[in-house]
Amino acid sequence: MPEATKYQDPATIQRVLHTGRSIAIVGLSANTLRASHFVGYYAQRHGYQIIPVNPREEQVLGEESFNSLTAVGDTVDIVNVFRDPAAVPAIAKEAVAVGAKALWLQFGVISDEGAAIAADAGLDVIMDRCLKVEHARYIGRMHWLGLNTEVVTARRPVRR
Amino acid sequence: MQERHVAGMMELPERQFGFQTRALHAGARPEPETGARAVPIFQTSSYVFEDPESAAAYFNLQEYGNTYSRIMNPTVAAFEERIANLEVGAGAVAFASGLAAQSSTFFTLLSAGDHVVASRALYGGSITQLKHLFKKLSVELTFVDPDDPNEWHQATTERTRLFFGETIGNPGGNVMDIEQIAKVAHDHSIPLVMDNTFATPYLCRPIEWGADIVIHSATKFLGGHGTSIGGVVIDSGDFDWSNGKFAVIAEPSDAYHGLSFHETFGMYGFLMKLRSETLRDLGGCMSPFNAFLFLQGMETLPLRMDRHVSNALEIATWLEARSDVVSVSHPAIHYRENAGLLEKYLPKGAGAVFCFELHGGRSAGQNFIRNVQLFSHLANVGDAKSLIIHPASTTHRQLSDDELQAAGIAPGTVRLSVGIEDVEDLQWDLEQAFARSN
Ligand SMILES: Cc1ncc(COP(=O)(O)O)c(C=O)c1O
Repeated sequence: MPEATKYQDPATIQRVLHTGRSIAIVGLSANTLRASHFVGYYAQRHGYQIIPVNPREEQVLGEESFNSLTAVGDTVDIVNVFRDPAAVPAIAKEAVAVGAKALWLQFGVISDEGAAIAADAGLDVIMDRCLKVEHARYIGRMHWLGLNTEVVTARRPVRR
Repeated sequence: MQERHVAGMMELPERQFGFQTRALHAGARPEPETGARAVPIFQTSSYVFEDPESAAAYFNLQEYGNTYSRIMNPTVAAFEERIANLEVGAGAVAFASGLAAQSSTFFTLLSAGDHVVASRALYGGSITQLKHLFKKLSVELTFVDPDDPNEWHQATTERTRLFFGETIGNPGGNVMDIEQIAKVAHDHSIPLVMDNTFATPYLCRPIEWGADIVIHSATKFLGGHGTSIGGVVIDSGDFDWSNGKFAVIAEPSDAYHGLSFHETFGMYGFLMKLRSETLRDLGGCMSPFNAFLFLQGMETLPLRMDRHVSNALEIATWLEARSDVVSVSHPAIHYRENAGLLEKYLPKGAGAVFCFELHGGRSAGQNFIRNVQLFSHLANVGDAKSLIIHPASTTHRQLSDDELQAAGIAPGTVRLSVGIEDVEDLQWDLEQAFARSN
């Protein structure tokens, strides 16, 4: 397993997943084969409100797509980013401006500058982790695929 | 919404649990429906879908859901997660046998015209698999001295796609310098695949030394009971499959409606491809009942291994002192001049399988085996019971004399897999076999 960094804290990840309701996905593609679409589809299935942010799309997953975070209007809890790392600092500033509670940068979206902008403004920051995988690890069914959730417990899970 | 989430919350342990604790618990969470503490045997071929949308989401891999037991099964998944946890990997995929695990790994990573560099001192079945089965599929192969990093480097070509070796060689007992060989592999941007069957994760965890993929024949020490055939592949999650050499994982896959496993699944890309394509298509899945038996075995892995290694070392040392024995290939004897290697990779002991050579060649070896009473004469290793075999006429029979020698096997070589019996009883058995054979 790759080493966890300071932006991959398990307690933070769980808090963000448990308390967040709406997820603005920056770079959400309408192409069903793209990773962003996998994550959006999965999160929507699990009851999160998905807000696509992608100027190249009009609608994704049945939801209106916005040109930028600041154009959204609705409350954004989690900003989930599928963009070039160079675009992250600007996105982080917008996330702060719209009052988001967390900035979540996907696998490979690594920007220490962007992460610091959000963290300094008091947002929870998660970097180089997949939202779908982390949800499946703690709340979902990742263990059905033989993946190492690292969850070790003798407590009976409460039925969902 | 929020309440529903909190109710289902599964927290990471507040403590990093030790190996024995994880050997008992990892992967085996109490069953939510019934509270069953033991992992239930989900002896079912298939699973009823909630609705057509869910069925589609499972098949599209958009959601984790059970579809068909050739591809996934909750009992098998508990076994997979346990071994992945013990080997410090990202995840695992189980197979019907160790060789099915190996061939499926090779199938996933290799295409016609690719090349493999492998240790010369492998289990006979692995040598045959690479040399004959994969040759048929136009995969080129070079065997090298596992102890010489330079040979691995020299043998590597533009088309080399993986290195393959055993932590402790079967049956020659050579111990690979995993960290060094992993460096050579990574210098060439290819993964090191290690067969860790003889060491088990209790004695050595190759991923901690830089190996990328670990394979087990679970048939052996993981089960420990000799009741079941099985295998498993563990991936570290660390290898960069997008480095240009692994289009099979990084590029859109025709066999999965254009999905790119690397882009979509990141560190799980190889494992997802291995399961949802190779296991699906080759079909060598582990049965739920065997997974259940392997889970039982793994609960006592650390306890058994401690006894295995201490019994084996005692028997090896005792054999070495005898005049009717030509040589003993136990790693502790083999690496007496290089004890640092064992201290580094196998601090808890160097396994329980080793060979000794008798004066008098093939007939002496066969004669000795005729006379044992407690050692079982059979073609397996890693059982809690002690086992004995004559490799030149059985497990390594397909090998030429040169290959035999390269694998550390002489005509008079006898292989032991030392069990967890009272060690005095094992010595008594060997002693009386020596007496009767002379
Ligand atoms: C080191 C090693 N690897 C792989 C295998 C193959 O495993 P299986 O017999 O489960 O296919 C064996 C079996 O003898 C072995 O000893």
